[in-house]
Amino acid sequence: MREKELKLVITFHTTTAAMAMEKACNARSLPGRLIPVPREITSGCGMAWCAPQESREALEQAAKEEGIDVSGVYALMI
Amino acid sequence: MIYLDNAATTLQKPPQVIEAVAEAMHSLGNSARGTSSGSLRASRTVYEARVKIAELLGCPKAEHVVFTCNSTEALNIAINGTILPGDHVISTDLEHNSVLRPLYRLEAEQGVELSFVPADANGNVSYKDFETLIRPDTKAVVCNHASNLTGGMIDLARVSRIARRQGALLIVDASQTAGCIPVDMEQIGADILCFTGHKGLLGPQGTGGMCLRAGVEIRPLKVGGTGVQSYSKYQPQEYPTRLEAGTLNSHGIAGLSAAVDFIREIGIDAISAKETALMRRFYEGISRIEGVTVYGDFSASQRMAIVALNIRDYDSGAVSDELSQKYDIATRPGAHCAPRMHQALGTQDRGAVRFSFSWFNTEAEIDEAIRAVREIAL
Repeated sequence: MREKELKLVITFHTTTAAMAMEKACNARSLPGRLIPVPREITSGCGMAWCAPQESREALEQAAKEEGIDVSGVYALMI
Repeated sequence: MIYLDNAATTLQKPPQVIEAVAEAMHSLGNSARGTSSGSLRASRTVYEARVKIAELLGCPKAEHVVFTCNSTEALNIAINGTILPGDHVISTDLEHNSVLRPLYRLEAEQGVELSFVPADANGNVSYKDFETLIRPDTKAVVCNHASNLTGGMIDLARVSRIARRQGALLIVDASQTAGCIPVDMEQIGADILCFTGHKGLLGPQGTGGMCLRAGVEIRPLKVGGTGVQSYSKYQPQEYPTRLEAGTLNSHGIAGLSAAVDFIREIGIDAISAKETALMRRFYEGISRIEGVTVYGDFSASQRMAIVALNIRDYDSGAVSDELSQKYDIATRPGAHCAPRMHQALGTQDRGAVRFSFSWFNTEAEIDEAIRAVREIAL
């Protein structure tokens, strides 16, 4: 297994919201990718946006601009 | 073959639709089931289709586009998911059985009270009748955008104003209009707009859906796997997941997505103009032939590309068969799943032969169909 590192994990209620997040991030060249929701988090959607910690503000801003329904934002060792 | 049964399903599809389905069948996993490359491709494909449908049909949010397997399923979800025992519902004589049968079942089993806005002998409704029939306990107005039998339309913006004054939902059947003319659920004032993918939208059969106004509460018809909230005993409440239990038809949705691209490339106004011109050409060509009876109102400024007719006292099935066997022209005979409309037009005993046109038809095909009708009427 890969070595764990501290990551930002954003979760969603629906897959549609997760897909909207991916599209919003791609359009803004923001970092990250979709991953299965880690077991430390209980969330609605089975996938989450995982990105470096320092991108938190930009990612939250992107979600807000696009009206994406975020269920939670976490800092996790994964 | 000259295919003139496009109100049933469009047979000629854009090549890119067929290619998109084939490509999807080579490459898509299951949408919303993990983040492997195949699953993500499916999730992205479905999401992009939602975005495109939302834009095409004037739905403000992509997550309020719910995919179903056709209009019938969407209408069943909408009707059964919003109307409660004892509610009053208004519908019209223009409706298809995909609206009528769910309503009749609620009437028989749940004590739902139904009122129908009548159609006159030309298939037109009077908007005053909506105002007369609506009551404080009217839960919903379930209304066709256009008749699948005559192509005649209902001005839904007028209906929505009447419904809204009483706080009733407007549930729209856009089966015959989506993809053929500009349809904007916000302009219409629809709360739920149901569409199918395989008619004017030029997509594969097995695709369709509904566009929802924010805040509309619909009890799901199906509950089950969604790829999310697996430990919840109950169906997730968020749209579109709430109404999409089970594996989606991502292969078909990929085709529908490509079909919407095709429609946008050509332009919905250009499609509407061409189909209308073909319909008018056919109508002008056949309406003065002795022995031909045409149904519906052709004086309206906007109508769908459908012409229903009978020839002399011939059985509509026999005429349609002759058109197929002798001229290789595909039409639909009989009753068109629209029993109340047939009664309004007085065609309940013999049905009608329906000619319905699409973007892929040509003037030469129309002229051949006119010639065939003229010969049969001799």
